[in-house]
Amino acid sequence: MPITITMPALSPTMTEGKLAKWLKQAGDKVAPGDVIAEIETDKATMEVEAVDEGVLDQILVQAGTEHVAVNSPIAVLRGEGEAPGAKAAPAAAPVPAPQLAAKPAPVASVPSPAPSHGGDRVFASPLARRLAAQAGIDLAGIKGSGPQGRIVKHDIEVAVAGGKVASKAAPAAATAMAPPAPQIVPTAGFPPFELVPASTMRKTIARRLTEAKQTVPHFYLAVDCEIDKLLALRKELNAGDEKLKISVNDMIVKASAIALMRVPAANAAWTEEGIRLYKSADISVAVATDGGLITPIIRGAEGKGLAKIAAETKDLAARARAGKLKLDEFQGGTFSISNLGMYGIRAFSAVINPPQGAILAVGAGEPRPVVKGGALAIATVVTLTLSSDHRVVDGAVGAEFLKALKALIEEPMTMLL
Amino acid sequence: MAENFDLAVLGGGPGGYVAAIRAAQLGGKIAVVEREHLGGICLNWGCIPTKALLRSAEVLHLAQHAKEFGFSVEGIKVDLAKMVERSRKVSAQLNAGVKHLMKKHKIAVFEGQGRLDGPGKIAVSKDGKPLADLIAKNVILATGARARALPGLEPDGKLIWTYKEAMVPTVMPKSLLVVGSGAIGIEFASFYRDLGVAVTVVEVMDRVLPVEDEEISALARKSFEKQGMKVHTSATVKALRKSSDNVAATVELGGGKTVEIVVDRVIMAVGIVGNVENIGLETVKGVKVEKTHVVTNEWLETGVPGLYAIGDLVGPPWLAHKAMHEGVIAVERIAGIKGLHPMNAANIPGCTYCRPQVASVGLTEAKAKASGRQVKVGKFPFVGNGKAIALGETEGMIKTVFDAKTGELLGAHMIGAEVTELIQGYVVAKSLETTEAELMHTVFPHPTLSEMMHESVLDAYGKALHF
Repeated sequence: MPITITMPALSPTMTEGKLAKWLKQAGDKVAPGDVIAEIETDKATMEVEAVDEGVLDQILVQAGTEHVAVNSPIAVLRGEGEAPGAKAAPAAAPVPAPQLAAKPAPVASVPSPAPSHGGDRVFASPLARRLAAQAGIDLAGIKGSGPQGRIVKHDIEVAVAGGKVASKAAPAAATAMAPPAPQIVPTAGFPPFELVPASTMRKTIARRLTEAKQTVPHFYLAVDCEIDKLLALRKELNAGDEKLKISVNDMIVKASAIALMRVPAANAAWTEEGIRLYKSADISVAVATDGGLITPIIRGAEGKGLAKIAAETKDLAARARAGKLKLDEFQGGTFSISNLGMYGIRAFSAVINPPQGAILAVGAGEPRPVVKGGALAIATVVTLTLSSDHRVVDGAVGAEFLKALKALIEEPMTMLL
Repeated sequence: MAENFDLAVLGGGPGGYVAAIRAAQLGGKIAVVEREHLGGICLNWGCIPTKALLRSAEVLHLAQHAKEFGFSVEGIKVDLAKMVERSRKVSAQLNAGVKHLMKKHKIAVFEGQGRLDGPGKIAVSKDGKPLADLIAKNVILATGARARALPGLEPDGKLIWTYKEAMVPTVMPKSLLVVGSGAIGIEFASFYRDLGVAVTVVEVMDRVLPVEDEEISALARKSFEKQGMKVHTSATVKALRKSSDNVAATVELGGGKTVEIVVDRVIMAVGIVGNVENIGLETVKGVKVEKTHVVTNEWLETGVPGLYAIGDLVGPPWLAHKAMHEGVIAVERIAGIKGLHPMNAANIPGCTYCRPQVASVGLTEAKAKASGRQVKVGKFPFVGNGKAIALGETEGMIKTVFDAKTGELLGAHMIGAEVTELIQGYVVAKSLETTEAELMHTVFPHPTLSEMMHESVLDAYGKALHF
């Protein structure tokens, strides 16, 4: 009996993904555990493993196809000895659409349907739809200037040109029959550009960051920490073991985790049900990749030694850059750390990674003049900036956390206590 | 004693009276100043009466070909006076209709010569005597245009006609020279040719109906010549010498060759000039006039607060429907209506009621190519259409031009029977920004001439069914 292989849900929230690559071809033998395909979700590339044994009979969704709905059939597996081309039994999971519905057929003469958002129909002229499809623009993000807000050609041209051109629609004049000021609308004046289609990951970043900045009430606290002692300790530790390469960031991860344990109110998340106070410090470490930012997690960092944190971070960062992180390695986390010190950035404010309650932005450690005992001295100083979600972390809580963190960083040996 | 208005419109032609009606709908006290007759040239001396005359010519043409349809008509006699009388009656009826519309919308009509008398003021006089002073919050200038006169070739109203004399002939000329082959010239040429007059057309450009698609121009010329019309393109009338009852025209043909043509009458149809004089433009600061037309922005604003200009006064295309639409835009702009859009010139259709008729919208094939686009062109001939054959109208073609990359309908060009009634289908399609896909999926009724519109689209993509 042929078995239908459907698009797997690689996370609870995943509704669709891109079928990036087939690793088995039609006719190949497949054993349970064999990787048959790679799926690209909004966060990473995932491998699809075969569950059953058999021969890959038909590939229903070609490699490179985007927006493949979860649970839609992507291939058919037949038992060895079964005739090829047999119809697959209906998949056990309810398949929401007929077999090829998820496969967008690129027929030039048929305009692609408007992406639905919230069930609202997008009103757009056929020409606008086609121009948007050709430019890789999502109509849902376009404001229509036509009758009743219909999206017309002009709107797409404006969007392609950078979205900054004044709409030709008339601004509403105040009173009837009153002369509005004469106005000649300027036209676009942009230099030539290359339009880079946004990847799934980039779209997710855009959506989540916009959501974070628009819905989370951010506030910011900054503190300077002297790190000469921390640097000395790091040097000592790294000198003791050739394989060990503890970074300043690893030490800040550890210090932050301990500080979160000391000020548990800062290790919190706002939810509609209530405020979560986490029992462990799962630290998300921001890693820049070619496709954008991703935040793998050091779980229970408060209980991990610096060597382990360093090794884990190194491994996660490498796999993040290769797009090979597993879902549970970057989903979750209670607190984030973002470090731009290596670029010489003195201080910056980071955007909270919801539903987390705070993120720590780490600047560059640099020699700065400090006043000690009434005299000027030189110390290596790093500026830490905490962005907090004011719904869960009040100013005093944030300040207490930074105070605890500063104490740990400036007297790093206390981390051992 | 000055009278106050929310809006005063100077000129009661199609642009002006429509602007007044739209303004009245939006509420307010509205005035129209008209020096001659409501409805303007269009209704009284242009679009409408010529259509009445051309209908007479069409009926005559059909009667002359009655045998083809299985009956005979004996003793056909042209009664020129009756034709003209019918044409005048049609205009009179519509002129009365506009008067009624003004009354219905409580629009004050001032019958006199109006001129700006400073910002927001219009002085109206009749026969040189002051009639009324209007003070208006907003003024729309809609004074239209008139026939262009060439130096040395000025019309005299007797032997050398403008459109006006050509419309009310008392005796039928035996021969006629039409100078200019735009819509006006060609319609008169076609009318008189159908009445049996020996017609010669002289056009300075290299083809007749020069604004139309080149292929359409060529087909039109072929058709006119088949009817016995003489057509000289790339030709110029150098001089007109008048005798007692005829005119000798010196015509320089392409290549420097000069011929003399003697005709009974000459019709000058070499374009129009805007009526910018004697309307008091000098009494307000900031109105710009270029090439006899008032300059405005896309909202018909002149740059002087509260002063707008529309229609032929503003510039080409010199079409009544463009003027009417501009009138509505200007008024809605004044009223601050939201979501207003300026007019898209690419969506203004043009119709010429010669035989065969010509209608078009958007870019010609040459202009579309010149814009740097890759194009797909579809063509379908009348001879491939069942209804056209049944009507006995197998002459003509429908041509469509698409952007090859986006499928945007860039232009449509038609020649043949009833195409002036067909073009609106493409105008709607263009206004709705349809691509070839929607047009292909539209079900056109059978049997109609409109099926050719479908086939032309299909042909652009190599899918025509009936040819």
